[in-house]
Amino acid sequence: MKRLVFRLAAIATIGAALSVTTESFLTLTNLLNVLRQASLTFLIASGLTFTVLTAGLDLSVGANVGLSACLAGTVMQSTGSVALGAATGLVFGAGIGILNGLMVTLLRLPPFIATYGMLWTLNGVTYWFMGGDTIHGFPAGFRALGSGYWLGVPVPIYLMAALLFAGVVFTRYTTHGHEVFAIGANREAARLSGVPIRARLNLVYVLSGAMAGLAAIVYLARLNSAEADIGEPLTLPAIAAVLIGGTSLFGGVGSLLGTLIGALTLTLVVNGMNLLAIDASWQPLVTGVIVILAVWIDVMTRRRAEATI
Amino acid sequence: MRSIPGIGYLLIALVLVFTAFGSGFATVTNGFNIGVQSSVLLLLALPMTLVIMSEGLDLSMGAVLSLAGVVLATLLMNGRSLPAASVAAIAVGALFGFANGLLVVGLGIPPFVATLGTLGIAQGLALVITGGQSVVGVGDALPALYESRPLGLPFSIVIALAAFLVFRFTFRHTPFGAYVSAIGGNRESLVLAGVKANRYHVGIYVLAGVMAGVAALLLTGRMSSGHPTAAIGMEFDAIAAVIVGGTSFERGKGSLGGTVIGVLTIGVLKNGLNVLEVPSSLQVASIGVLTIVALVIESILEPAARRLWRSA
Repeated sequence: MKRLVFRLAAIATIGAALSVTTESFLTLTNLLNVLRQASLTFLIASGLTFTVLTAGLDLSVGANVGLSACLAGTVMQSTGSVALGAATGLVFGAGIGILNGLMVTLLRLPPFIATYGMLWTLNGVTYWFMGGDTIHGFPAGFRALGSGYWLGVPVPIYLMAALLFAGVVFTRYTTHGHEVFAIGANREAARLSGVPIRARLNLVYVLSGAMAGLAAIVYLARLNSAEADIGEPLTLPAIAAVLIGGTSLFGGVGSLLGTLIGALTLTLVVNGMNLLAIDASWQPLVTGVIVILAVWIDVMTRRRAEATI
Repeated sequence: MRSIPGIGYLLIALVLVFTAFGSGFATVTNGFNIGVQSSVLLLLALPMTLVIMSEGLDLSMGAVLSLAGVVLATLLMNGRSLPAASVAAIAVGALFGFANGLLVVGLGIPPFVATLGTLGIAQGLALVITGGQSVVGVGDALPALYESRPLGLPFSIVIALAAFLVFRFTFRHTPFGAYVSAIGGNRESLVLAGVKANRYHVGIYVLAGVMAGVAALLLTGRMSSGHPTAAIGMEFDAIAAVIVGGTSFERGKGSLGGTVIGVLTIGVLKNGLNVLEVPSSLQVASIGVLTIVALVIESILEPAARRLWRSA
């Protein structure tokens, strides 16, 4: 609880600093824009959070978004059916998740290696599939999913709220959710208590893949176009959001609410850099520093906890 | 008995397939091509072997290589001498390696995240320095060096061979090799024996950074220019080569010879797919598939080999 307050205070501080230094920060348009951006990051980071809770990781989420968006967009344009396109994105996203899960559970590869290999494999397939083309121009009804408003609030924010609710119910009130935490906290103890480790690990990687597929559809609707490289800049921010949110890389500790706060914090930083007219090439650098700081705090917290035991 | 890693068979199979189906694959010129194309990768894969044997990982190598290349090209463009620019490029690599080492060993941050963070930093710096543009006009000295043929062999092959020999000698004939295995396998015993394990552990990452700097010399020489994203993702090829070469993430098992075979396999695969006119984007994907195939072969062969060994 104390850590949550600390994180909210960090957001408030960044917000206050930006309100003073820029004129356009504290406007309704910009704040809604920040929330919309944050909800897109949250979509990707939410699935990732589950894998991190099991002491795993999914480095392929960004590349998954890229390929799923390109496939969904192509299907949508060639068949004219929004539903078919969206289904394609979701199915491929989840399918990539299944492959990740199998590499982790059957081949027993360390998750970061398996999903890192998947990242570059997907990138290659996406570039080959697109052949340098851009697809753009989707039906207005579909675009509303990414850029539309309902009751004055951007549509992705409702999606974020719905997912947060579903995720909190899953982690707090279902046995499956508890088992995910148990695997991350102590895999051997979980196994001895009868938790089906492989099935639950497969589940979290499928969830991560499916969320990437869903994010792909929302991105497609937001950008109204798809190219091979749209997923590339998404991975590091998603990981940063999870880690800033206090989910421990060592597994068993964390929450989706934390990830939401992490996504908000990161989006505020990026939004602030944009408003202060700082060149976009600084963004990977800043995100890199934030990732390292977040993990460092994680490591220190863990050490202190171990010392008190 | 020293078993041939499963990938040895795969390499032979690949060579046979490409010889049969790709005209112009099995020629001396193309053999040299594969060697030249593989040399930069070997420079990364050799230290990556040590990093992985120490139960670590360095995801920043490709980005650090790109950054070192950009620094090298920028200095050359501004009229600095080749030796000075080279030292600066290698120093950039060493600095990032040292930072990785401090984060992993000093602060205890898991290596894949620590180096993912420095990847972002190196990539960001390269973009900031160049504004996202290529750095051209690097003068004649570096391309001339790259085109030179010491001992009648292409320069990059000579460098790669020399690097392999130095690594192998250091690994086999100095305590460093034993320490590297022990850091991954049994760190406690090393510390109890009075070895400053932390120093050697940081040293492995510094070495990785230095080699990324050296690789930047070859890559920049080959392209006669520097580009901020020139080697992004190359660390994946290096990791794949190490895994394919039979080095394991657990218990400090692995060999530099296996890594050479892994690098050659990836080189042959890429080159063969080129000859067969498969698009380069799919070649990237094929390396991922190759790694999985190698792991499956290894996991099938290994228990079988152990059973044979026991019954004998």
